[in-house]
Amino acid sequence: MMPFIIKNLPILIVITPLMFSLIVAVLNNNRLAWTLSTFASFLTMIFTILLCFEVSYKSNISYYLGNWPPPLGIEYVIDRISIIPIMIVSVIGLIATLFAHNFFTLEIDEKLVSKTYSLWLLTIAGLIGLITTADAFNLFVFLEISSLSAVALVALGSKVDRKALVAGYNYLILGAVGATFYVIGVGLLYGVTGTLNMGDLAQKIPALGLNKSVIVAFTFMMLGIMVKAAVFPLHIWLPNAYAYAPSPVSVLLAATATKVSIYIIVRISYTIFGSSYEIYSFESLRYILLYLAILAMFAGTIMAIFEKDVKKLLAHSSVAQIGYIVLGISLATSPGIASSFIHLINHALIKAGLFMSIVAMGYYTLKRIDVKTIAGLGRQLPITFFSFVICALSLAGLPLTVGFISKLYLIKAAYMSEGIWLPFLILVSSALSLIYIWKLIEGLWYNEKSLKIEKIKELPEIYLPLLVITFLNVYFGIDAGLIIDNSFIASDALMSGIK
Amino acid sequence: MTNEFYIYLSILTPLIAFFTTPLLSSNPNLRDSLGPIGGIITFYSSLNIASLYLDGEVLSLTFFQISETLSISFKITGLGVIFGLVASGLWILASIYTIGYMRGNKEKNQTRFFTFYSIAIFAAICIAYSGNLLTLFIFYEVLTFSTYPLVAHKQNEEAKKAGRLYMGILVGTSIVFLLPAIIIVWVLTGSLDFSTNGVLKGNISNEYVPFLLALFAFGIGKAALMPFHKWLPAAMVAPTPVSALLHAVAVVKAGVFSMLVVITYVFGIDFLTETNGAVWLIWISSITLLLSSCIAITKNDLKARLAYSTISQLSYIVLGGAIATNIAVQGASIHIVMHAVGKITLFFAAGAIYVATHLSKISDLNGIGKSMPLTFVAFFIGSLSIIGVPPMGGSWSKFYLMLGSVEKDYLLVIYILAISTLLNVYYLLEIPAKAFFQPKRTNIQVTKHPLIVYPTFFAAMLTIVLFIYIEPLKDITNLISGNQ
Amino acid sequence: MIDQIFGVWNYWIVFILMMIGLYIVISKKSLLKKIVGLAIFQTSVFLLYITFGKIAGGTAPILTDNVNEIYSNPLPHVLILTAIVVGVATTALGLALTVRINKAYGTINEDEISASDLVEYHEKYLEDKK
Repeated sequence: MMPFIIKNLPILIVITPLMFSLIVAVLNNNRLAWTLSTFASFLTMIFTILLCFEVSYKSNISYYLGNWPPPLGIEYVIDRISIIPIMIVSVIGLIATLFAHNFFTLEIDEKLVSKTYSLWLLTIAGLIGLITTADAFNLFVFLEISSLSAVALVALGSKVDRKALVAGYNYLILGAVGATFYVIGVGLLYGVTGTLNMGDLAQKIPALGLNKSVIVAFTFMMLGIMVKAAVFPLHIWLPNAYAYAPSPVSVLLAATATKVSIYIIVRISYTIFGSSYEIYSFESLRYILLYLAILAMFAGTIMAIFEKDVKKLLAHSSVAQIGYIVLGISLATSPGIASSFIHLINHALIKAGLFMSIVAMGYYTLKRIDVKTIAGLGRQLPITFFSFVICALSLAGLPLTVGFISKLYLIKAAYMSEGIWLPFLILVSSALSLIYIWKLIEGLWYNEKSLKIEKIKELPEIYLPLLVITFLNVYFGIDAGLIIDNSFIASDALMSGIK
Repeated sequence: MTNEFYIYLSILTPLIAFFTTPLLSSNPNLRDSLGPIGGIITFYSSLNIASLYLDGEVLSLTFFQISETLSISFKITGLGVIFGLVASGLWILASIYTIGYMRGNKEKNQTRFFTFYSIAIFAAICIAYSGNLLTLFIFYEVLTFSTYPLVAHKQNEEAKKAGRLYMGILVGTSIVFLLPAIIIVWVLTGSLDFSTNGVLKGNISNEYVPFLLALFAFGIGKAALMPFHKWLPAAMVAPTPVSALLHAVAVVKAGVFSMLVVITYVFGIDFLTETNGAVWLIWISSITLLLSSCIAITKNDLKARLAYSTISQLSYIVLGGAIATNIAVQGASIHIVMHAVGKITLFFAAGAIYVATHLSKISDLNGIGKSMPLTFVAFFIGSLSIIGVPPMGGSWSKFYLMLGSVEKDYLLVIYILAISTLLNVYYLLEIPAKAFFQPKRTNIQVTKHPLIVYPTFFAAMLTIVLFIYIEPLKDITNLISGNQ
Repeated sequence: MIDQIFGVWNYWIVFILMMIGLYIVISKKSLLKKIVGLAIFQTSVFLLYITFGKIAGGTAPILTDNVNEIYSNPLPHVLILTAIVVGVATTALGLALTVRINKAYGTINEDEISASDLVEYHEKYLEDKK
């Protein structure tokens, strides 16, 4: 049994949530549906951890789906690079599932809850599939699986606020256009190389020399994924989608969805096209990403400062944080990419914690979580508030939290490749982010409460996920060796492909 | 029992106080006694660390190795010994005084207050014994955040605004200037450790030295160099024990301590002299010194006047570092001690006046000296020490600073120090003079609390004691930059 | 010149369909028409793939005894089969959302929806003021 599992781990982490999503869909008992979903995501996490050990001494696992060897068959590759986002999705997936139950029963029609869990697992399966697959077209399929189920999840927020429907619709249309762009790019690449396997593509593209189809293909693929990753200025679907989705969905999507898409950006630009880096002189192209990232940092932060709706505020701040991550990628140096990976992990932890604590406070206000309605709640819900403060300080990059570690390495990488002006811009934007963070903390702590609900007490059910996330935020801020080492291994592996 | 045990002891004692204070909130007497007891333990271990340092033993320990070049670690340095002694020693006095003040003034949320008070001390001790720039930065920020609830203790609109300014300037400067400076050092030298003669020599071209020093000087907002000094007067809305903590023990001293550490252990005094990288800092600190003394004269609010006086006194210390000779740095580090003791006396007295009479304007203090003589005598002695009159401790540090500037031929600096002393005389001695010699205007009820008056008087006596027993301080400061 | 236009006429059709589809998605206010546009856009990509796979004069890729027979590449067709399924799912989800939006707002016109949201926002604002 055990060797069989070990051998099939790369597909098990995708199949497990996929199968359970089918089972959960037909259940009528909501609690059972939740238990099964938790079990499924727990199983996925166990498989991921096993996979981690496998990868750490094999460094590269290649799995042929249905035993068809590539380039004809579909190949799944797990290596030191892809294990990082897989870990993020499975760990945050489990924590968010644990967190979800109270909120789904409150915010969604009772009949729909088990179906919601089905969509939920489908999203997780789609995200993990996106990371594992090494087939460019299969990636498109997973892209659509994850985003269609995510759209449906966002739209389920309509019981609380009908704007969720429109947000979901916009997410759908933009996502579909983005995915189709990606498919166009893949088609063009297939036209000139005759293969869809990423490793194979990387080998065949340099042989083509300077080829217009390849340039167009690169552009289409990158644009398509940048929509999904919400890279400024293609981020407009994001704030509304995060803000009006049911609370647990906000947690899951904010922490994982865009991260996975950013990972695909890395894969496309370094694994597929990395070998032809010189031929197409992507050196100039990376500056486009760099400037977009800087714009994202400032636009996101400034939008967040003026935003009143807290969930939307956090979403705007996500846009800025995606800017930091893309900035690291655009430096095109090993420390730069490593810092992106560090922030990829850390931002998932930070945003998950922030969304959890904010929606936990919003549990009582239900419809609108804005700066006014949550005023003064910090004193009534001390533990939730404590978690919020820790994660918020982590977002601002204060020492002893994970945010500090990522900022330290990002700034170092930026200084080493661009000089002093870039670190300065990064730090100014992060100092600006203190303004909205402080607005929230101050509001929660000082202002007189405006809610007229009598009984406000903490939700003990969410202690476990919330405190685990908070603990991770602090623990990896102090003992950060694990994250840093693995990120550097991943970035070195990626950079070795560039010739 | 190894000698490293003392580092653990001095760091963990305030941390334990931090964790146990909230648990004892139902028993105020037990809770409040944690402060003095913790202070005595920390002071005892700091004394041991100091004597070990004088014996030439280098204590160090590493808590976390984040990566090859990054770690959270502690190492005993000469400056650290001084700051550690100041922070732990004055914690004893301040905690006793705080009990009296909080009870006498019937403040709310006392448990929260004491909790954050101990974490602030913890951060200050960690700064003192930090072994590299990363550790220093981490606890610098911890100190900022832990003192925020203290500054905004009253939780009204005014406190909120002051808290915002406090956080905004301190966190803002540290993120925008200090962090990149640290990272530049990291990139240039490959490590963040302190070294007795500096680490930058040979790693940076000379013309960049002033810019890097500027990033540090303005990044360390706690040193209150103009134009980043506004947080200090703003933080005066806090209860007086907090002001004492901010302006004498923890926060500002952490700022100037960090400045001196950067100048001596990162740049190196010799390297700064060679490159003339710190000359601009002399003038900036001189300007701060004079301007803030002038502003202090215009303030009628007692605590605001003391705040501006603090800004000017901090600039003495920065100035000592900027002159960058052994004697000047020695003077600067002695001034950390002397100003701490002198200023805490003044703040204690100010708090004692407020608790007893609820007066905070200087113009209202006429004739009040006869009702509370002990407090005003203490205030007078403290003022003399700040001014630098022998037989008070403050005279030593001014003496060394002047010696340093003579050594470097900065005659203008000597004039500036002299003018500033005259200004000190004017704005400080006006207060006891009014209290003793002006006729009483109104009939004011005076209520005294013994736990307030005695620490105040004791602190005043300490300034005289420090004048006489200066030898150990001299020995320690002699070792700071590695000369004998 | 003529060759450049008519020699690759299928690419031109792909191109024209693609632009029509994108134009509809961007410009139309009706949520329903946007979905139609999206479908046209996606179909154009399907055509693009099939054009790649088709070889002039080639037969269907069926295993025969004749080894030298020219046949079209089957892989793009298979891929497009998958893509069609995905496209159907997208359209279905979009239509379902449109139905729900129509129920919630009473309209599927984008401008009217945002106007209705604005009114709601304003009412809440007035409520807050009381």
